[in-house]
Amino acid sequence: MKRILVGIKRVVDYNVRIRVKPDNTGVITDGVKMSVNPFDEIALEEALRIKERGGAEEVVVATVGPADCQQQLRTALAMGADRALHVVADGVIEPLAAARALLKLIEREQPLLVILGKQAIDDDNGQTGQMLAALWNRPQATYASKLELTDAAARVTREVDAGLETLEIDLPAVITTDLRLNEPRYVKLPDIMKAKKKPLDSLTLADLGVQAPQQLKLVKFEPPPQRQKGIKVKDAAELVDALKKKGLL
Amino acid sequence: MTQILIVAEHDGKNLNLSTAKCVTCARALPGAQITVAVFAVEGGAVAAQAAKLTGVGKVLLIENPANAHALAAVLAPQVAAIAGPYPLVLGPSTTFGKDLMARVAGLLGAPQLSDIMAIESATRFRRPIYAGNAILTVDTTGVPKLIGTVRAASFEASAAGDAAAPVEKVAVDVPLPTHTRFVSVSAAKSDRPDLQTAARVISGGRALASADGFKILYSLAAKLNAAVGASRAAVDAGYAPNEMQVGQTGKIIAPELYMAVGISGAIQHLTGIKDARTIVAINKDGEAPIFEVADIGLVGDLFQVIPEIERLLG
Ligand SMILES: Cc1cc2nc3c(=O)[nH]c(=O)nc-3n(C[C@H](O)[C@H](O)[C@H](O)COP(=O)(O)OP(=O)(O)OC[C@H]3O[C@@H](n4cnc5c(N)ncnc54)[C@H](O)[C@@H]3O)c2cc1C
Ligand SMILES: Nc1ncnc2c1ncn2[C@@H]1O[C@H](COP(=O)(O)O)[C@@H](O)[C@H]1O
Repeated sequence: MKRILVGIKRVVDYNVRIRVKPDNTGVITDGVKMSVNPFDEIALEEALRIKERGGAEEVVVATVGPADCQQQLRTALAMGADRALHVVADGVIEPLAAARALLKLIEREQPLLVILGKQAIDDDNGQTGQMLAALWNRPQATYASKLELTDAAARVTREVDAGLETLEIDLPAVITTDLRLNEPRYVKLPDIMKAKKKPLDSLTLADLGVQAPQQLKLVKFEPPPQRQKGIKVKDAAELVDALKKKGLL
Repeated sequence: MTQILIVAEHDGKNLNLSTAKCVTCARALPGAQITVAVFAVEGGAVAAQAAKLTGVGKVLLIENPANAHALAAVLAPQVAAIAGPYPLVLGPSTTFGKDLMARVAGLLGAPQLSDIMAIESATRFRRPIYAGNAILTVDTTGVPKLIGTVRAASFEASAAGDAAAPVEKVAVDVPLPTHTRFVSVSAAKSDRPDLQTAARVISGGRALASADGFKILYSLAAKLNAAVGASRAAVDAGYAPNEMQVGQTGKIIAPELYMAVGISGAIQHLTGIKDARTIVAINKDGEAPIFEVADIGLVGDLFQVIPEIERLLG
């Protein structure tokens, strides 16, 4: 079966104003809105569109994380995913551990394509897709803004510093999404009801035979240095003067 | 003594400035011994530039026709093959480095630190998370091999000196995949300075209203020898190409002067300009969040203000 696997990470919603805990042990997440990582919504949207065009038969979403992540898997099912896999794991899941777990799911599911976000907006690591492609020994196309599939290959346009780069990669492969790949659909109420009946399988890291030791110790979280509030000028002439005084013009 | 390997970014002719910034980052480690690796088809000129950077002890030159384009799937096995002696392997936090280094980390089974912004000791590093809304200190004690990407905006470029480190040609004999093929790159040519290294940057937002609207920024930029950037909203709307985007998912820059024109100042945009020396905001809404971070703010209509500034500059 032609299958697409999509990685879903639960993160603090992008509209939330992040606050560091007073004891510097993390950021405040109590009572804070949690969402599907925006790049993963784009990944799922792309997978659903490929399926709707007949390029795939099944879209499976997967997450590695604590029990709460079920909410985000349900959201993904409501968006249109067929099945969800929840690898239940507590504590910090480093990208390498997430990639190792996803590799085990790949071995079980044999997807044609794996789509992840280019980065999770909490840790901003931007690593998991590339690590997974390396472990799987398959091609990667990161920062995708356009994706065209043929039978055995994909043509991917990537947003790189120089502009737009196009690669051709053999399938199966890992793709990571950039923001301009698509605009994710909204979830409608009836879909949320339907999603409750869709299969969501839970398993553990031990079931997969994956060890996920935390290798990097998170010592301290601090708020960033604040910029001083500046001055207001009333017109272009004052602005030019102020810049000249600072030696900037 | 810490042996550090830095993977050079270049375009076949010139070393990218981000490599010199990686060198500065590496020099902050106690007892750093720095080796730069240049992967190229013919990389003699690039290797010579790397050899002159202050702090570089050795340059490894790996020449292979397969290195014509910087494909992570092709470069990563070569980096992994020479990474043995180095407990720390660094690359720049550019799209080149981000794409490549995490694949290297995967091949080596090593953890990665992304966007290193400061080094506190041989095992302590600082990096931004949550789009720069928190700074995390990480300890890597006990990690035998660490991969890192260096946040270029946090470091000055290491200067080129007179002395040159030795350049050693290395043959790397590993099988390289053919499953990934370069097709094309659309590098829009412009005479303006490069966005990532320009001392002055003028960025436009949704308010510019069209690609044509951006012309008043290009005109002022020409007068100031400035680069031009854009908000995501402006890029999404097609007013500016994607390589001009500044912010969390665009470019992170640290110019002397940043002018935000018709940009509201969303957190994801501000992430990209936190290290700018002076921020100027021009916005017709006096309540726009951009004014909270601006050193100099002007409430006004950009379509009047920008041509007026240009006129005043003569
Ligand atoms: C995961 C994620 C990543 C993102 N990454 C980025 C990123 O990298 N970079 C980025 O920029 N955004 C990014 N965004 C988007 C960001 O949240 C904002 O939507 C975007 O920055 C808004 O762009 P803007 O300021 O141009 O538009 P708007 O917010 O619409 O602001 C336009 C401003 O122009 C002013 N204006 C209008 N007319 C005039 C006039 N005639 N004269 C003067 N002022 C005028 C208005 O008062 C307003 O303040 C990201 C969002 C997400 C969710
Ligand atoms: N714990 C996880 N479970 C599922 N997918 C993940 C997980 N962590 C990361 N990913 C995927 O990898 C992408 C990049 O994450 P990161 O490397 O953490 O920035 C995310 O957008 C997800 O698609």
